[in-house]
Amino acid sequence: MTSSTETTVSGPPGEPDETTTAADPAVAAELVGRSPGQLMWLRFKRDRTGVISAYVVGFFFVVAILAPVIAKLYGKDPYTLYGQNEPGLLNDFGYPIAPNGGMSGRFWFGIEPNLGRDVFTQLIYGIRTSLGIALAVTIAVTVTAILLGISAGYLGGRVDYFVGRITDLLMAFPAQLFFVAVMPVVTAVFVSPVDETPTYLRVVALITVQWFLGWMGLSRLLRGQVLSLREREFIEAARVTGASSWRIVRRELLPNLVTPILVQSTLMLPTFVTAEAGLSFLGVGLVEPTPDWGRMFAIGGEIYQNDLTYMFFPGIAMVIFIVAFNLLGDSVRDAFDPKAAR
Amino acid sequence: MLRFLVRRTLGAVVILLFISAFTFFLFFAIPHDPALLSCGKNCTPDNLRTIHHNLGLDHPVPVQYYHYMVRIFTGHRFSTGNCPAPCFGYSFANSEPVWPTLMDRLPTTLSLALGAMVVFLLFGLGTGMLAAWKRGTTVDKVFSSASLVLSSMQIYFVGPIVLALLVYNNHILDQPKYVPFTDNPLSWFNGLLIPWCVLSILFTANYTRMSRSTMIEQLQEEHVRTARAKGMSSAYVFFRYAWRGSLIPIVTILGIDLGSLLGGAMITEYTFQLAGLGRLAIDSVTKTDLPMLMGVMLFSAALIVLFNILVDAAYAFIDPRVRLS
Repeated sequence: MTSSTETTVSGPPGEPDETTTAADPAVAAELVGRSPGQLMWLRFKRDRTGVISAYVVGFFFVVAILAPVIAKLYGKDPYTLYGQNEPGLLNDFGYPIAPNGGMSGRFWFGIEPNLGRDVFTQLIYGIRTSLGIALAVTIAVTVTAILLGISAGYLGGRVDYFVGRITDLLMAFPAQLFFVAVMPVVTAVFVSPVDETPTYLRVVALITVQWFLGWMGLSRLLRGQVLSLREREFIEAARVTGASSWRIVRRELLPNLVTPILVQSTLMLPTFVTAEAGLSFLGVGLVEPTPDWGRMFAIGGEIYQNDLTYMFFPGIAMVIFIVAFNLLGDSVRDAFDPKAAR
Repeated sequence: MLRFLVRRTLGAVVILLFISAFTFFLFFAIPHDPALLSCGKNCTPDNLRTIHHNLGLDHPVPVQYYHYMVRIFTGHRFSTGNCPAPCFGYSFANSEPVWPTLMDRLPTTLSLALGAMVVFLLFGLGTGMLAAWKRGTTVDKVFSSASLVLSSMQIYFVGPIVLALLVYNNHILDQPKYVPFTDNPLSWFNGLLIPWCVLSILFTANYTRMSRSTMIEQLQEEHVRTARAKGMSSAYVFFRYAWRGSLIPIVTILGIDLGSLLGGAMITEYTFQLAGLGRLAIDSVTKTDLPMLMGVMLFSAALIVLFNILVDAAYAFIDPRVRLS
């Protein structure tokens, strides 16, 4: 399921491979049988916006994965308090002496006011944390939605009723408020409120609360799709030939649900990135010293009256990331379903 | 219609009961001890026992929940004072009663949400319709790409930049603050102008995209084609036929958005330091003020559910077919 997103990300679109040569009628005139996946891939490669945004999204993921390597080559880390250790970087009020937030050949994106950390490594490590959490939530949410949506649609009856009511109930939850309110409670389950909460626990809590209120939309969509697919002839045929329910779900239903699953999860991921960032901004997400994309906005929010530059790097990075991801989602949908009107 | 509303209201009550039970058990059953949280770090066993008794924590959790729910409707006379009918208890942090605090914070959130709604509906629907009307032209392309970029602008990024540019560096506007409308309508407007606009950015972009696509869908419908074939002016067809149909999905989303906005626009209130419900929720979280948090949660869940019902009722006015069925 995620493998095809990865191929769209990593595959060089300009390079002629078997499918492109086969697609060119001048080279191969004879009819070639192609799977829906190949057709989708062909259509996607012709979509220039989609390919460019795939590269941008891929770039963010590469940066996130290679953050330690990049930091090593760059020679700094997001924890060292450069500004406090070396005189001449921060002034008496804790703000960078050099113009534009202390940007220089040594500190590419400047220095963080007060603590004096390096903004560039802070940002790439922050992207790493936020993307990792958002990816985990997306996978958890997609799996849950597939399981519940398909069971509700295919089994019908009591299961459908039960899942439907839970969906209604969770949809009436004030989501953001719930995240903020429940984060401390979830961490308190494992750690006494007076003790220090370990970072991994906060990460698990962040993933859990977002997963808990994240799966309903996709699950409801899949249920609807399954309901209409269930009555189709090919399912009937499979049932008549004695296929088990498990086989029907796996071999007949799931391949027909790849499109909504892939499109929805592509559109979902950036919303989880911003939600996680929002929580960290409000001070209930990850805490110091873990670098985090959202907390950079919280730091920026405290110092923007004197140093606005600091905020621009995480901010513009996030705008580019979300725009690229949304464009990618639109392109994936167009590639799968060329009839859908823009 | 009446039967429908009654059925929906009953369903809403059930959902609210579940939400209240869920949050209550989550808050009061799972953490080690709520009293420990309100007791602080230097806690003697004697203190703890008194707090336990005062909070009613010496009862089992289901009984506590029952008391909590009953008190919402009947009120309760505590040893510390009387708590009239919608009694949500007292804050752990400052012993203020919860319900009056909520009512005190509500006007701020209400002004913020409704004002922002006016802005984003005006701009969102306007630009979306214009883009659909001029589909494929430069106007359409500009609006569509602008909405794509604007929809990725987060409040915690745009808010400080706007504040820095308009307030601190150039002194064009004052620091955002809430002045009650009844005190001074002009300062009410001035104080909330920046929050309204910043909060509206994300929403405007979404509504532009949505109203554009539903409008285009509607313009391809058969009844619109028939109206055109009858020789009606295109402006009349556009507003009278297509626009009305395009409103249905938008009303659904508006209901959801408004419900959650009224429950507290947390990031906006936090960024602009407005003392609304969202800000109250964040402050209660940092102070582990469970009764206050519980009150805000229930209140905004009720608002979301209420707006869902209102949306369903609004359908009947927009779409006559709903009324018949």
